[in-house]
Amino acid sequence: MRAVSDSLRGDLLFGALAFTLLAAVDLGLGSPGLLDFTIRFATFALLALSLNLLIGVTGLVSFGHAAYFAMGAYAFGLLMQTGAWSIPAALVAALAASALFALVVGALCVRLTEIYFAFLTLAFQMLLHSVILAWIPLTGGDQGLMGGIPKPAFLGIDLARQDHLALFSAFCLIASTVILRQVVRSPFGAALRMLRDNPDRAAFLGLSVFRYRLGAFVIAGTFAGLAGVLMSLYVSGAFPSFAFWTTSGEAIFMIMLGGITVFLGPIVGAALFILLNDRITALTDHHGLYMGAILLVLVLGLRKGLLDFVVEAWRERKERRS
Amino acid sequence: MTGGRLELIGLRKAFGGVVATDNVTLTFAAGTLSAIIGPNGAGKTTLFHLVTGKLAPSAGRVLLDGEDITGLDRQTIVRKGIGRAFQVANLFPSFTVAESLAAAIMTHEGRTARLFSAFPPRDIARRAEEVMELCGLSPLARRPAKHLSHGDQKLLDVAMALALDPKVLLLDEPTAGMGPEERWRMIERVYRLWQAKGLTLVFIEHDMDIVFRIAESVRVLRYGAVLAEGTPEEVRRNPAVIEAYLGAEHALEAAP
Repeated sequence: MRAVSDSLRGDLLFGALAFTLLAAVDLGLGSPGLLDFTIRFATFALLALSLNLLIGVTGLVSFGHAAYFAMGAYAFGLLMQTGAWSIPAALVAALAASALFALVVGALCVRLTEIYFAFLTLAFQMLLHSVILAWIPLTGGDQGLMGGIPKPAFLGIDLARQDHLALFSAFCLIASTVILRQVVRSPFGAALRMLRDNPDRAAFLGLSVFRYRLGAFVIAGTFAGLAGVLMSLYVSGAFPSFAFWTTSGEAIFMIMLGGITVFLGPIVGAALFILLNDRITALTDHHGLYMGAILLVLVLGLRKGLLDFVVEAWRERKERRS
Repeated sequence: MTGGRLELIGLRKAFGGVVATDNVTLTFAAGTLSAIIGPNGAGKTTLFHLVTGKLAPSAGRVLLDGEDITGLDRQTIVRKGIGRAFQVANLFPSFTVAESLAAAIMTHEGRTARLFSAFPPRDIARRAEEVMELCGLSPLARRPAKHLSHGDQKLLDVAMALALDPKVLLLDEPTAGMGPEERWRMIERVYRLWQAKGLTLVFIEHDMDIVFRIAESVRVLRYGAVLAEGTPEEVRRNPAVIEAYLGAEHALEAAP
């Protein structure tokens, strides 16, 4: 048990440091642009990181991860609009809704692999998208949840203030990162990696492929739901585009940009994606074209994400020296 | 764990009209070292599939220490104590040698459902070390499986089967695809493992030098049926075996 607390303590320390640093920079500079970036970064980094638990760790490429993101956003937004819920309670309920939705969809999807899995997850996401568009009395249809989301202060945290929301988002991202890293390093995480590497041998050793894949699916969906909650706080609403396939696509893009094999890769990818996207959108209307070109260069040129590339080069150098 | 007694009684497997295993009755006594030989397509690997539960037999029974294990699923059979290494090493490519063994032990014992401890648990890491020591894999402990040589990958495959403390260990061509030198190193390790653990070991092998050097008894299969069985000497004198399989090179003069 000591080995556990050692690595976990290291992560907690690192997380606390990262949070302090982010908070100091955000509050020190206090620029609205930076706060805005922090919120969007935390939201999408969390979405990409949770998706990579499926893609990078478990070897399941989901094209429908945004469904749980949208589920979290809508559940949270709807609960807050009733006026009867506090933010922490609505947050927990929204996570539960995302987890439950992931449990149901996952139970139907994880028996399949590869392209069949990818397309079935995509199908369920588009189903949710259609439901959101069609159920106008509840969701507002293509107008989204209108009228804003009330954000009553709790524990001295007022999420209506941009700086509070930025720190809250950063905290959610860092806490989730520490938790997910522990999951990856646990015996459960080792089982997921076994399933990625060689599901047949894992089953031969007595691992239930179905249960462990479903476990990964639910955990990933829950954290995507948290990203959705942050998103609905950010835009003070929820929109059908959250559940559209392009949102899942962007998360996959971020993972490919940052790196699939390195745990922090998706976080780096999310930062790069947002920075690139902002810069390119400011310069041209055809930003899809440029983002696509960058992805092509990465996929064909490096054949891996940026952090994969850096870590591998560093490892090789170390090996040559020794 | 000491060896177990493996009995196959009237085992038969047909795929449509093709009979891959034809009324095979064989006994492998506890703690023995036996080879299974035979031409390609003789049904050697199929026989292993039937014993390990990968395939269900069309007829016949498999007994381990007298207990009927016919038709049980693969995991249950592994738990009963029949281990198996594969013809083509079947590994977790990104896991290091130490992690692979720890993962095998941990999964076998059903200890994977833990989120808040570290992998590998200490006691399991220690047992993985013992297995590495026994198999001579300790120097490679921290190397990922995908970066091992072909021979070491097969050795790791054997080690992963061994890590589950089997009573009976089935090795499907443990030296396939190896150079002559690597072959002997491998077989020497296997031989020493057998001596150290006292388990019942059955291996499929094409290299007759190896078979006749180390096996206590040899079973010859042809067209899915048992053609002959006995000590290496007896098998090498058997005219039917010489004609069907061995040829002149490995034959001892037929008994008068």
